[in-house]
Order: sequence, then structure tokens, then C-alpha cells
Amino acid sequence: MALNLNPNFSEAGKRYFSAYSPGDDFYEMLINTHRDLSDEQSELLNARLILLLANHIGDIGTLREALSAAREGV
Amino acid sequence: MLKTYNYPKFEYRTPPEISSGKTLKVPVVVVGAGPVGLGAALDLQLHDIPVLVLDEDDTVSIGSRGVCYAKRALEILDRYGVGEAVCNKGVSWNVGRTFFRDQEVYNFNLVPEPDHHRPGMVNLQQYYLEEYMAARAASRPNLELRWKNKVVSVTQSGKTVTLKVETEDGFYSVEADWLIAADGARSPIRRMLGLEVEGKIFMDRFLIADVVMKADFPAERWFWFDPPFHPGQSVLLHKQADSVFRIDFQLGWDADPEEEKKPENVLPRIKAMLGDQREFELEWVSVYTFQCRRMGSFNHGRVLFVGDAAHQVSPFGARGANSGLQDADNLGWKLKLVIDGKAPEKLLDSYSEERVFAADENLMNSTRSTDFITPKSKVSRTFRNAVLGLAKNYPFGRALVNSGRLSVPAFLTASSLNTPDEAPTAFAGRMLPGAPMDDAPVLDNGDEGWLLDKVGNQFFALYFADDPNALDAATVDALSNLSFGSIAVQALVISSKPGVVNGGIPNLEDPRGIAAQRYDAKHGTVYLLRPDQHVAARWRTLDAQKVKAAVAKATCNA
Ligand SMILES: Cc1cc2nc3c(=O)[nH]c(=O)nc-3n(C[C@H](O)[C@H](O)[C@H](O)COP(=O)(O)OP(=O)(O)OC[C@H]3O[C@@H](n4cnc5c(N)ncnc54)[C@H](O)[C@@H]3O)c2cc1C
Repeated sequence: MALNLNPNFSEAGKRYFSAYSPGDDFYEMLINTHRDLSDEQSELLNARLILLLANHIGDIGTLREALSAAREGV
Repeated sequence: MLKTYNYPKFEYRTPPEISSGKTLKVPVVVVGAGPVGLGAALDLQLHDIPVLVLDEDDTVSIGSRGVCYAKRALEILDRYGVGEAVCNKGVSWNVGRTFFRDQEVYNFNLVPEPDHHRPGMVNLQQYYLEEYMAARAASRPNLELRWKNKVVSVTQSGKTVTLKVETEDGFYSVEADWLIAADGARSPIRRMLGLEVEGKIFMDRFLIADVVMKADFPAERWFWFDPPFHPGQSVLLHKQADSVFRIDFQLGWDADPEEEKKPENVLPRIKAMLGDQREFELEWVSVYTFQCRRMGSFNHGRVLFVGDAAHQVSPFGARGANSGLQDADNLGWKLKLVIDGKAPEKLLDSYSEERVFAADENLMNSTRSTDFITPKSKVSRTFRNAVLGLAKNYPFGRALVNSGRLSVPAFLTASSLNTPDEAPTAFAGRMLPGAPMDDAPVLDNGDEGWLLDKVGNQFFALYFADDPNALDAATVDALSNLSFGSIAVQALVISSKPGVVNGGIPNLEDPRGIAAQRYDAKHGTVYLLRPDQHVAARWRTLDAQKVKAAVAKATCNA
């Protein structure tokens, strides 16, 4: 499956009236999850999160694309 | 003095009560003639309620404040008779550019959604908005504006609110059945009544500068994250009317406002920002402190809070005046029904309920913008910078960049005034109960017009029909008898074909089917519309009893 680079957030059963809402919902959750953590803890959280999401995606081809897109800009 | 604008001076007249010593008795007094107080007064005036407006000042908003007025606010201003003036003078922009450090990350072109009367937003200095509203208010019957009349005390007992008003000629008293407090963020009325404003979410400081550009400069919105000329903060450049450009420098909470305001600190920053030798003149500089907070409830007995007095947000997303005008829009018809004895006072609880919901949405959106623009932790900053980096190449990254979201009206889908759809899948689209109406082009007797200009100020039942000439007698009869007791419901037929409806029921033509599409309407579909142009209920078939029951629900008469 090709890596989806278009806006893709949504929540089942939730109605959105602005295109930006689902992405902003996610971003707020992401930042809130880090609340009150030390920098080191945040780093660990991010690593765990990547592993969880990578396993969920599963498809190595998609992950390869994501890894290289992430690496490109660093 | 500004170079591009002369502040009007509204005339003070000695109130007759000062020599007569009599107490002035009025049904409604509005304290504060800012955009929201004037809006509330114009709304009540449309409902034939006499209003007295008191303001301690005698001119419009001084300096640079509100800039962006979004579509819903413009539609409300249309109802108040000033939308055209605001749109004519206001500036539209489509292109937005986003910069991160010294690079442009991406730009977008906000092509206006076709087939709406009003654009997504216009930019206009707040003093123009207030000038147009004040002129409109002054020209209306039953609406008295008293400038340089300062409210110095308020008490509430039973069904009466008593105010003491100070003028240069002395004091007088006003007794009102209702008081609308539109006296701004510091709200003296709120303080006099010992009421609190809760939930201080965050505070921020901005340096606001208006500059007049000597040469052409594009009508675009430029937003910088962490620019070299103002490291660690954000900067926004916007065009207003009269070639005046507005620049918002975020300062952070620790900045020294007096120091930042000095021309020797401001001018080099603007020069660095424009990046060349463009000539400009500084028209206005000030430092504003913002808080994000709201009152727990917007109605307290016979005192109703609107606008900044009730809620304050940071300027990201331009929500102050926009949401304040929606307060006025929501309150006017409810107060009218209560004053006329057609609805219980409980209806005003729904004013608070609905507008608190909207205020929370505004607070949430401006908090999210602030958290993106000014990350509060190292990891948050890393994510923000990662988003800006990804935005350069990927659409999903662009969608996450939050430099202030356009102010859109709240969908009051959880309001207790709504009658829910009979089946959850009966309708597609977004015009569900509680939604602010979408506009659509219509023909009225062959004349081009807009749906939103044809409804409002009272309940309407919009009935979609294929052929207006072919409505049967039973339907015409039902459409002529939708009123709930003394609360009128005006039927309005809308159809793809021209024609005339029997029984004198007005009708509109929807020649390209845009209204039918936006409302997911078929032949026989009915929408019950509130006086503030929100959907109250809708059905696939007309049943007068159901319409009446929905009106009862929407007015707390159920
Ligand atoms: C820098 C800046 C940028 C902004 N940008 C935007 C934007 O782009 N879009 C937007 O929608 N909003 C914006 N806002 C917010 C907008 O300016 C306010 O939300 C709006 O002015 C609120 O209107 P109001 O009528 O509630 O209060 P105000 O405009 O504050 O009016 C209150 C009135 O009450 C009067 N008053 C106060 N006390 C008394 C008294 N005791 N007796 C009699 N009269 C009294 C005052 O004289 C004043 O006229 C911005 C604000 C700032 C500062």
C-alpha cells in the first residue's frame, strides 16, 4: 500500500464541520500525551508510539516509504 | 490622529432626566456601544423592541483592534443592514504564505466557495465596522444612543435592573426590565454584580502595528513561525482597507510592553520583516494583553452578557467580534419572545447554553493555535517544527499547520432547542438541526437574490417542492397554518421551477438546485428555521403538527 500523504484523520461516529478539526484533534491529543514528561521520557514515549503504529501498519513497503520520507528532511 | 482615518465624534446631549429628576424606564438597556452592543441593539430593533444604548465614550474603537470578519458575521451584519458597507470597504484576500525561519514553507489560495453571497472573510479596521453600525443604529426608530453616558452602578431586584448613569451634567437613574451587558473585556457591570469570569487558560502579549505602505504590496496574508527578525515568536501581516497593513508581533508573556512599543525597537523589526527598502509610515503601535476565559453562565437573572464581557479569546483566528455578533444574533429573538410573554424566561438559559458551547469551541481553537504557534515544551516544539518541515512537501503536513483557524460558526447540534431527525440516516450533508444555515442563490419573482436574505427575524418553514404550481390544496392549507399559538411561522416554498403557489404563500426559485443540494432536499422536504437562521428541525414530509411541536421545543414551550 502506498504511503498516504494526504490529510487522513477521522474518528468513527464523529461529524466534522471543518476540514481542519480531525487533524487538530489528533495534534492536541499527541501533545497532551506528553504533558508533564521529562525530555527523556518524551523521547521514550515517541519511540514506543512509532513501534506501536509501525506494527499496526505492518506493510514493510509502506514503512520503508515513511522512513525515507522522515529521513529526507532531517 | 491617524493619517488614513478621522474618528467620528458622536454628539452628547444632556439627558432630560437630569433636570426632571425622573427615573428613565425602558424595557431593555444595552451597556456598551462596541460592535456587539450595537449588534444587540440592532437585533432588538428589528424585533420592534425599544432599546436604550449607553456608552461612556463618544467615538468608535480607537487604534488597531479587530481585523477579520468571517462569513457568518457578515451574514448577521446583512440582517442588521450593514453587511454591504462592510464588504464594500473591506479587503478580500485569497493567497496566504507561511514562513518558517527564513524560508517560505508553502502558500495556499483560498478560492472562495462559489454560490455564497458573502466570502469566507473580509479584513477591515474595527473603527469602520463600528462607524457603519453606529450610523445604522442612529437611523433606526426606537433605538436611542447616549454617548458619554457612563454606568457607575447596577443593582438587580426581582424583575427590575436599576442603573446609575454619570454624565458631564450629573447623574440619573434608569430602570430596565432587561440589561444587556456589552461593556467589553473588563466589564464593569460584571464587577458591579460581583460575578466572576472563569477558566484563565493562558495569557499572551502582542505588539500590534498598523503601517501605511507607500508602494503596492500584495493583498496576502503572511505568517511567520520563528522568523530571523523576531526569533522564537510569530508574526502576522495582513492587509486592511486604505493600504493600511496590520502587523501582529507575538511578544510572549515576559516582554516589557513599554520597551517594545518604542519606535526605535519597532521600526527596525518591520524593516527586517519587509526585507527591502520599501517605504512605509507607522500609523499605530500598541501592546495588547490577551486572556482566554469565559463566564460560567452568560445570563444572570435579568442581566445578559454578550461579547467580550462574557468571553475573551486570543486573536489567533479572529474570534472576538465574530463570536460576539453571534451572541447578539442568538439573543435577540429569544429576548423578544420572552418580553412578549410568548416564551418562558427559561428560553434565555438556552442563550447561555448555546453560546457557552460556542465560546468553548472558540477557546479550544485559539488554545490549539497558540499551542502550535508557541510550543510549551521541547517535544512540542520538535513536533511543531517537524510539521512545518513536512508541510513543505506533503499535503497532510500543510493541514496540520495551525497559524490560526478561520472563525466558523458553532454547529449547535446538541442544543435542547433542536428536534432531532426522525431517522439518523434520513438526510445527508451538514444542515442538521442546530446548524447555521448555508446560503444559496435564489430567484425571487425572477430577481436574483440569496436565500439568507429571505429568511430570519422570525420562524420560517422552508418547503421544497418540484413544481410550485402543482401543490395540492391540503399542502397549501397545512403551509398556511404552521404557527404555534401566537408564534408565527412563515411558510416559504422553494422549487426548481418558476411559478406561483396558491393561497399567497411566497416562493423562491432554486434554478440550479444549489439550495436543494446543500439541504439534501427532495420534493416534500421541510426545514424549520429559527429567527437566527439556524435549523431547528427537518422532515421528509410535511406534518403541521410536527412543525408546531418543533416550534414549541425551540421556544421552551414544549
Ligand atoms: C489586537 C486585537 C485584534 C483583534 N482581532 C480581531 C479580529 O480579527 N476579529 C474579531 O472578530 N475580533 C478581533 N478582536 C476582538 C474584538 O476587538 C473584540 O472582541 C470586540 O471589540 C468586542 O466587542 P464588544 O462590543 O464586546 O466590546 P468592546 O468593543 O470592548 O466595547 C465595549 C464598550 O463598552 C463601553 N463601556 C465600558 N464600560 C462602560 C460603562 N461603565 N458605561 C458605559 N459604557 C461602557 C466602552 O466604551 C466600549 O465602547 C481583536 C482585538 C484586539 C485587541
